[in-house]
Amino acid sequence: MSSVRVNPAGPDAAVKIRGSGSVRALYSGNASAVLGRGLLATRSTNWTIVLTGVFEPIFYLLALGIGLGSYVQNVTDPLGNQIPYAAYIAPALLAVSAMNGAIYDSTWNVFFKMHFGKLYEGMLATRLGPLDVALGEISLALLRGAAYGLAFLVVMQVLGLNLSWSAILALPALVVIAFGFASLGMGITSYLKTFQQMNWISFLLLPMFLLSGTFYPLSVYPQVIQFFVQLLPLWHGVELVRGLTTGALAPVMLLHLLYFAVMIAVGLFFTTRRLRALFLD
Amino acid sequence: MTSVITTRTRRWGAWYVAEHRLRTMRTYAGTIVATTLGTPILYLFAFGVGLATLVTGNVGPGGTSYLQFVAPALLATAAVTVGAEEYLLGILMGFKWNPIFTGMNSTPLTARQIIDGTAIFIIIRMAIVVVVYYVVMLAFGAVPSPWGLTMIPIGILTGLAFSPLAAFSATIYEDKGQFPVMQRVVVLPLTLFSGTVFPLTQLPIYLQWIGWLSPLWHGSELGRQASYGPTEPLWLTIVHVVYLLVFALGGWALTVHIATKRLNK
Amino acid sequence: MPAPVITATALTKKYKEFTAVDGISFEVAPGESFGLLGPNGAGKSTTMRMVGAVSTRTSGDLSILGFDPDEFGPEIRSQLGVVPQADNLDTELRVRDNLLVYGRYFGLSRAVIAKRADELLDFAQLADRAKAKVDDLSGGMKRRLTIARALINDPRILLLDEPTTGLDPQARHILWDRLFRLKEQGTTLVLTTHYMDEAEQLCDRLVVVDKGQIMAEGAPAALIREHSSREVLEVRFGSERNAEAAEKVEGIGRLELLPDRILIYSEDGDGALAEVVRRGLTPITSLVRRSSLEDVFLRLTGRTLIE
Repeated sequence: MSSVRVNPAGPDAAVKIRGSGSVRALYSGNASAVLGRGLLATRSTNWTIVLTGVFEPIFYLLALGIGLGSYVQNVTDPLGNQIPYAAYIAPALLAVSAMNGAIYDSTWNVFFKMHFGKLYEGMLATRLGPLDVALGEISLALLRGAAYGLAFLVVMQVLGLNLSWSAILALPALVVIAFGFASLGMGITSYLKTFQQMNWISFLLLPMFLLSGTFYPLSVYPQVIQFFVQLLPLWHGVELVRGLTTGALAPVMLLHLLYFAVMIAVGLFFTTRRLRALFLD
Repeated sequence: MTSVITTRTRRWGAWYVAEHRLRTMRTYAGTIVATTLGTPILYLFAFGVGLATLVTGNVGPGGTSYLQFVAPALLATAAVTVGAEEYLLGILMGFKWNPIFTGMNSTPLTARQIIDGTAIFIIIRMAIVVVVYYVVMLAFGAVPSPWGLTMIPIGILTGLAFSPLAAFSATIYEDKGQFPVMQRVVVLPLTLFSGTVFPLTQLPIYLQWIGWLSPLWHGSELGRQASYGPTEPLWLTIVHVVYLLVFALGGWALTVHIATKRLNK
Repeated sequence: MPAPVITATALTKKYKEFTAVDGISFEVAPGESFGLLGPNGAGKSTTMRMVGAVSTRTSGDLSILGFDPDEFGPEIRSQLGVVPQADNLDTELRVRDNLLVYGRYFGLSRAVIAKRADELLDFAQLADRAKAKVDDLSGGMKRRLTIARALINDPRILLLDEPTTGLDPQARHILWDRLFRLKEQGTTLVLTTHYMDEAEQLCDRLVVVDKGQIMAEGAPAALIREHSSREVLEVRFGSERNAEAAEKVEGIGRLELLPDRILIYSEDGDGALAEVVRRGLTPITSLVRRSSLEDVFLRLTGRTLIE
């Protein structure tokens, strides 16, 4: 990479270097143009979808928090505190909604743009590089996810389900979680070619949603299953958000963050590589 | 010859349509099999076994377990999931995205047969899902009474009661994201506030009424009567049946009406 | 002569076993209108993608505006306008917004883009459609919008891949008129086409491409002069009898026997027809026309352009 001499001055300065992989060819520092396009498209076509998306997690919270919450006993957190079931399940639903939003934006949405709209082909015929496209699309998903997350946290506050001041930190945590799912989701989607393959993504999300300590503590499982669940990203997301909203802060939360940092890096790496191979090779 | 073929189409046309839809389903065989089998196992495990460890509330008469309580509702939910998907996406797909209905309408088939055929197809799809669910429930020991077998037709009827969605879908000419909106604002609340994983009475009255309107609540309660009932007065059980029938037949009639107008415009 | 804006030397692109572009060399001078003519699958679009710096070459050399596209993709693309074969307009955005958003991809300021967008909408004869949805435009309008979009960055080279394929005759003529204006203003045009009339109308110079290789190069008129006669006589005797009749017309001029007709190349088409009749043959239909690039292609490859 260091062999690249940047000289946009003109033809005579052009350097003939073969090979690829330079950051300049991948990123032109203009992800905001892609984000701008997304905001404009949202405004002119599907703002109702975006708006009603707020209701989805809130409906879940009302139904499961109030309905199930009054029906199920308190849960004991790792620090030994008794937590009402509604306050136990609410952060999990919040993390799930961050995951679902990010996954939707980075899978189906991206899939359609790639294969039907040919949107990325048009973008990559300009000065933009694949990393601009990836970052721009993902930031749109994060912006939306953060807005939903905020609405959800407000409802939690109203219902008295935020047990600690640290609940405010759940918002940035959600953005990190969504970033992880969005970049990995986009990376995987960029390799998929058919609707059938896309359906597998939805199928694989179901066990993660149900089993990641969302509805009850992992301790109901045998050790082996606990171990496997702990490998899943949603478990880390749920634990992180739950720790913050219930105030059960612990050093292990840094580990959860690290997990998502790795996920983001891996996702971005594959997305960029694949977009480059698809449209710039 | 022509008249023979026409007569045949008149009698069997709807089945030809159903066959067409079943054939297209083959493309998705992999995920459909996985979902049909995986969903009941995962849900029954997560709620019936996992969450059950935390449930202390009273769920039913005598020794009824939480697993037995949620199972009929989960079965009905599975049928509703198939129904909602087919009634919303399947119908609009046929009219617009992959307009096979228009193609069918240029053959001797009538609009009524196209809708009937789609209904047959949806019933078959729901039947497969519900039967598998039932078998998995048996394996989990979630069905105390032999009457539980009637949960299969009850589940299908519950799914069919969502057929007004098909009528809505048939009115859409331009896709402006009505689906996600319908899904979130109508289908989701009807599913969540319908006393599936907890008794409806746990909800405050200002949310409980949503359940009374939801075919899923009626279907779940009906399934519970079959599986370990009775837990309610007989008149209420009759109300459940009538409510589901009215929605299933009404939605179907309305869809036929709208589709006929649309295809023969 | 000014330095060429595009120089390709032994340019090759292989996909696994398949060689899409097989060692082609050409140059394009600034302000020139240069065409790649050939049938589907000849390697035109692949060449265009390499010139557009969105496809890396397997071997050979390529220089666009003095840059190597392998290393300076973004620099090159920022000075190109690209009109792809299939429209890839953003259907979620309105007509004018398509231009605004695309301009941002080049990092241009909003003020500059807004001004240019209005000029370009005028140029593309879409000013009254600025607020329309893309899906509501006709095929010709979409094409013109794609061209307007490609011009938003005031490119030094405009690449057009099959610009009029799929358009009705009227829409094609409107589009040709717009492209001709660009040519008059000195924009460098590089276009692929499998329509000989399009190549004859728009190209100063062209290469005939087949199976990834260049078969001939030159100005349209010169190519016709060099590889064909002034006129062509087309006669049909019915699909059953064409082959038999071909033997009898031997010697009148160079012959091409096609499944549905016989082509006789001659400086004097009417004279050739008289000779056919004199030999006792009565064609079902006969037509005398000027030679075209289609004939050049047939001569060079033994195949017709549109199959």
